[in-house]
Amino acid sequence: MAQKTVLRKPKGFIDVYKHKPGAEKDRTHYCPGCGHGILHKLIAEALEDYDIVEKTIVISPVGCSVFAYYYFDTGNIQVAHGRAPAVATAVSRANPDSVVISYQGDGDLAAIGGNNILQAANRGENVVVFFVNNAIYGMTGGQMAPTTLLGQKTTTTPYGRNPQTDGYPLQMCEIINQLTAPVFVTRTSLHDMPNIRKTRAAVRKGIKNAMDKKGFSFVEVLSMCPSGWKMDAVPAQEWIKENMLPRFPLGTLRDISEEAPAIERPVPVMDADEVKKILGYGAFSDSNLEKNPDAAFNKVALRVAGFGGQGIMSTGIALANVGMEYGYNVSWLPSYGPEMRGGTANCSVKIQGDTIGASECTEPNMIIAMNQPSLEKFEKILIPDGVIIYNSTLIDIEPTRRDVKVYNVPITGIADELGDTRFQSMVNVGAFAAVTGMFDPGEIQGLMSSLFAGKPESVIKLNEKAVQRGYNYVKDNFS
Amino acid sequence: MNENRKYPFPEIDPDICKGCKLCIAACPKDVLVISEKLNSKGFHYSEYVGEGCIGCGNCYYTCPEPSAVTVYLKNYVPEEVS
Repeated sequence: MAQKTVLRKPKGFIDVYKHKPGAEKDRTHYCPGCGHGILHKLIAEALEDYDIVEKTIVISPVGCSVFAYYYFDTGNIQVAHGRAPAVATAVSRANPDSVVISYQGDGDLAAIGGNNILQAANRGENVVVFFVNNAIYGMTGGQMAPTTLLGQKTTTTPYGRNPQTDGYPLQMCEIINQLTAPVFVTRTSLHDMPNIRKTRAAVRKGIKNAMDKKGFSFVEVLSMCPSGWKMDAVPAQEWIKENMLPRFPLGTLRDISEEAPAIERPVPVMDADEVKKILGYGAFSDSNLEKNPDAAFNKVALRVAGFGGQGIMSTGIALANVGMEYGYNVSWLPSYGPEMRGGTANCSVKIQGDTIGASECTEPNMIIAMNQPSLEKFEKILIPDGVIIYNSTLIDIEPTRRDVKVYNVPITGIADELGDTRFQSMVNVGAFAAVTGMFDPGEIQGLMSSLFAGKPESVIKLNEKAVQRGYNYVKDNFS
Repeated sequence: MNENRKYPFPEIDPDICKGCKLCIAACPKDVLVISEKLNSKGFHYSEYVGEGCIGCGNCYYTCPEPSAVTVYLKNYVPEEVS
């Protein structure tokens, strides 16, 4: 870049702060002597000098710098408290050629966002984080921050921060430096000119790293909060020197920017069809199946219930998917305990022509009960004239309800005859088709290859058979 | 701008200045002072005494207000007024 002949408001700033409400669109909202303005200027200057204003995205936090988007002439997302590193991750991954800056204060970064910053740093996201440490919550009125010093009086530590009750000031640079991935970890200060110039150098290095895709840079800046500290700006600089430096020593803890290779991440798949294919739903959605106008049901609110491992969830997913193929609106809502198998499980499935509101079936018109406890539990909430399909292989006590239609189907037995009880869910699908008339078993069989994409042909054939058996059993015994 | 002024020199917008005095503390030549006058916001603003600036840029870099301080450096060539 050419040698400067004039130092003026950098082009990284918006000329007139048009996004700022009120009349004063020519000045910032920051208090006199606030360190944010100094750091803002150093960043804006670097963006201009490196000619990257157009490709920079600033993620602004909650805190005094929440309005960073008033000032920087960059892209901006203002995010929930502490979440800047998470959003910066997404922005950086989706726009790998952008320069992504996460700008955060101490409450935002070290308290509510403490885990967010660690995870982003640990992944080595290609972002530069500017961490403004002024040892206090400024915007909210001077409460204790994670970085508040021992003995420091704040509105929430009126007797001074006491380690017995409030813990110790968090040293974020030192914590970040425990991780493997970061390439640049440094702490600078705004307490005098030599250190402001060092901060300038650190800002530029961090931004350069992001431009060169070097990975994660962390620049902590000790900064004045004259209002929060209840003093003037110049004494505030002295206060940093006397009080903050002993706890937050300045210097670069790590700098492997030179030798670190540029990050090359796999490009995320954004295409919807491609995502479906990867998830095994490749052939779905172009089957053009027609709804049966003569079906006994055109609106189903189904509860499928049993032990975990009985194909409860897969029954629900299969029915919802098949329903979707017929052009119905569908929903599937699972409910189960923390254990994967053996606990009780149930799911709600809705299949209907009109729009679905809540997806939980609190008043189902059909239940499929795979075991006795589920039958007892869910027959109670079935609406009058509803349908119970129950697994007569395992349930030998009949339902108590007399105002509903009951189908006892040896679901487990039919699946077992086919060689594997895991075919239960497809027996359920077949039985469902027979009871409701909504689906044709022959047409459903055509969907098996997409429902079971990636499974061997023999498994697909057996599943087709299971559907047919379930269908036939109902037709043969209840017509 | 007065074309006869000697470069380098700082130009402080009296209306934008919030009177924090950081520039005064940062100036190695002590050529910035706080004005006795108030600006429209009620701040005693910082001003240049008129000579002695060496163009170090300290006031610019220490000023938290992006457009309050401009420093015309020694090699600055005023744009031609056409």
